[in-house]
Amino acid sequence: MSCWETIADYGLRSLGIGERLLPRSDFTLCQQFTLIGSGMLWNIYFGVLALAFGFFLSIAVALGKAAHNPLLRKAAEWFIFLFRGSPLFIQFFFAYFAFLSLKSVHPVFDPFTSAWLGALIVLFLNTSAYAGEIFFGALKAIPKGDLEAADAYGLMGWKRFRRITFPTMLRLAWPAYTNEAIFLFHATALVFFSGFPAWQQRGDALYYASYFADKTFNPFVPYPILAFYFILLTLCVIGVFGAINRRLTRHLPQDRRPKMRLRPMLVR
Amino acid sequence: MKKIVLSAAALAMTAGMAMAESHSMTVRMGTEGAYPPFNYLNDDGEVDGFERELGDAICETAELTCEWVTNEWDSIIPNLVSGNYDTIIAGMSITDERDEVIDFTQAYFPPDPSAFAAMSDSFDGTGVIAAQTGTIQASHVASMDGAQLVEYATPDETIAALRSGEADAVLADKSFLEPIVAEDADLVFSGGDVMLGGGIGMGVRESDTELKEKLDAAIAKLKEDGTVNTLIEKWFDGMEAPY
Amino acid sequence: MFASCADPETLTGLNWLACYLTNGKHLLFYQSFGTVMLLLVITAPVALAFGFLGASAARSHVAPFRWLGKSYTSIVRGVPDIAFFLFFVIALDQAFEWLRHQVKCPDWGQPIRQGSDFVVCDAAKLPLSSSPQWVHETYGFALAVLTFAIVFGAFAANVLFGAMRSVPHAQMETAEAYGFSSRQAFWRILVPQMWLYALPGLSNLWMILIKATPLLFLLGVEDIVYWARELGGSKTARFSDYPHGDWRMWYFGALLVFYLLLTKVSEVALDRLMTRLSHGQATSGGEAQRKAAA
Repeated sequence: MSCWETIADYGLRSLGIGERLLPRSDFTLCQQFTLIGSGMLWNIYFGVLALAFGFFLSIAVALGKAAHNPLLRKAAEWFIFLFRGSPLFIQFFFAYFAFLSLKSVHPVFDPFTSAWLGALIVLFLNTSAYAGEIFFGALKAIPKGDLEAADAYGLMGWKRFRRITFPTMLRLAWPAYTNEAIFLFHATALVFFSGFPAWQQRGDALYYASYFADKTFNPFVPYPILAFYFILLTLCVIGVFGAINRRLTRHLPQDRRPKMRLRPMLVR
Repeated sequence: MKKIVLSAAALAMTAGMAMAESHSMTVRMGTEGAYPPFNYLNDDGEVDGFERELGDAICETAELTCEWVTNEWDSIIPNLVSGNYDTIIAGMSITDERDEVIDFTQAYFPPDPSAFAAMSDSFDGTGVIAAQTGTIQASHVASMDGAQLVEYATPDETIAALRSGEADAVLADKSFLEPIVAEDADLVFSGGDVMLGGGIGMGVRESDTELKEKLDAAIAKLKEDGTVNTLIEKWFDGMEAPY
Repeated sequence: MFASCADPETLTGLNWLACYLTNGKHLLFYQSFGTVMLLLVITAPVALAFGFLGASAARSHVAPFRWLGKSYTSIVRGVPDIAFFLFFVIALDQAFEWLRHQVKCPDWGQPIRQGSDFVVCDAAKLPLSSSPQWVHETYGFALAVLTFAIVFGAFAANVLFGAMRSVPHAQMETAEAYGFSSRQAFWRILVPQMWLYALPGLSNLWMILIKATPLLFLLGVEDIVYWARELGGSKTARFSDYPHGDWRMWYFGALLVFYLLLTKVSEVALDRLMTRLSHGQATSGGEAQRKAAA
């Protein structure tokens, strides 16, 4: 079987399209690359969606933590503490248990025990807590002068937030947020490994890597392939976030633009 | 404590010398410790079960000093070939794929049928079937028509999935399911047995022919004098003496 | 443990629980908390050392060192830690045994790789196959520490690299003006000062390290997650004196509390350390202390 055929058969296997049975003997390097790559689709799916939704919740959390209302503040603080203070591994475990018991309450909750929704929710909450803390730090670091200038121009409320506070906060938080994004993509590897079961052998990259490690009894091929894919993914994330960073800072003089050197301050 | 000090001194000596030939060879036995009645950890946290007793008997017969080690199922073969222990005795079926990478002694347990445990008699081989990731049962379910495979990391979780209704049935070794089904009135065997894999043997490195012969001879001897039969009858309810 | 526990079937209620929670397996579970703490305490300085080496290499004037330092940090940081944990222990073990083999058995006739087997001479085995079990366990633990240190050393290197660049340039110039050689300036000015700038990043790293410990069981160490899964899984009366259903929820709940507590304690301790380090420094933290005192 040529490599092209393998790609046609297994390229979308992780989504359930293509050959139903996974290869069982005579494993080729091409099969390993194809299937592990196919699994990366899930890692990308989890990472992108969790980041996209998490972005909004994390800003809400950051604003909550900075709020004057003690109720809001305490709620945001506890949310951040709970999700930053416990390992994702254990969060997945509890989420799966909780979704399972919800399922017996009402059939509406049926899809929650599947990874595509259940794990996504956990990752979404998790990244919201981490990014919330980052944005909170940035909110506190906004130069006083910027806000005073906004007052002088008579900017109030929503307008002030949208025009001044939000863009400055985003700009300050961006390097650390990039780091968080990288970590989130790494965290997606845990989805099928602990917590959520894999249906019909549709799993993420780590699932297929351990499948091959298990069948070939040789961990030295599939895991480095997995590492290779993740390095590619990390480079893509850095590229995309770097482009956004350039856009966020385009109005600044050249030497004041924070470099995308990932700042040590608020690494996840 | 005294033992530890002594062995530390012994270690320091052997490390200094060019490794004197030891009187009785130490064999490290790798097992999973999570697969009763074959092997499990008892309340004291020690390896126990059919294979523990059999393994100790084999070591005594072959005049080997044995040391029990537990290892995750996923990496049990890679750790054997890389020399972290010397044999696998973990309810491992002799299959062609495994035989390509490691060697097996003769079987000490006859081919064990796999069975479906389900919540009701109406299970007909279709629907959602749970299995442990990376087992022969998982690959079997993957190839069954009308069945949806769902894989969990540990055998415990497959049973939990069955009880919670996530899965319609669990496919696993019958001897593993037997005590569980016996104690839980909700669970039944259904859909008939499936024969997968050969008998269960001890795994050794392919290069370790000397050890393999020793173990083989010991197992043959224990089969002859009836020890294996006695142990099987002791640990597996209702099983007839196979050898 | 207690004499009254000899016959668990007769026990009820709290007595049963007391006996259950003190059986041999549970004692091993409690010990494993110590294992995890020990790992954290040993790994932190070792990872810091790796990080320091990595950061120093990355800013070295010698190009190969610089490449080495930079590729170490960027490759390790680009890959999920779990991917490393799944094959690193075997790889490290084989690497050490291979090295020992080269030194101890130069006349060995057979190939080291025989098919899928990895075979070294008996004297090169790590630990020697005749060693008692605790040596094997210690060795396994050491490999786990090393794996953690390599992974987290890369993150630490990144933090320290940034911190070295954050030390105000004027301080280094002042050192030069006082006639310090560049080596002296590095050790006497840069290194003592950089900790303040590195601390926020390092404390974050400590938090990540804490939360990576549930993966320790992948490295073959019997850690808290291993025992929680083992103890929590349902037990039938045939194989245990204390049969029970699926109790993983409770055990993982205990782990959750443990991790939250550890995080809280670490946060408080690191905050205090930051306050002390900031004392008299030309940073906003130091400035605030000065104002409060005045």
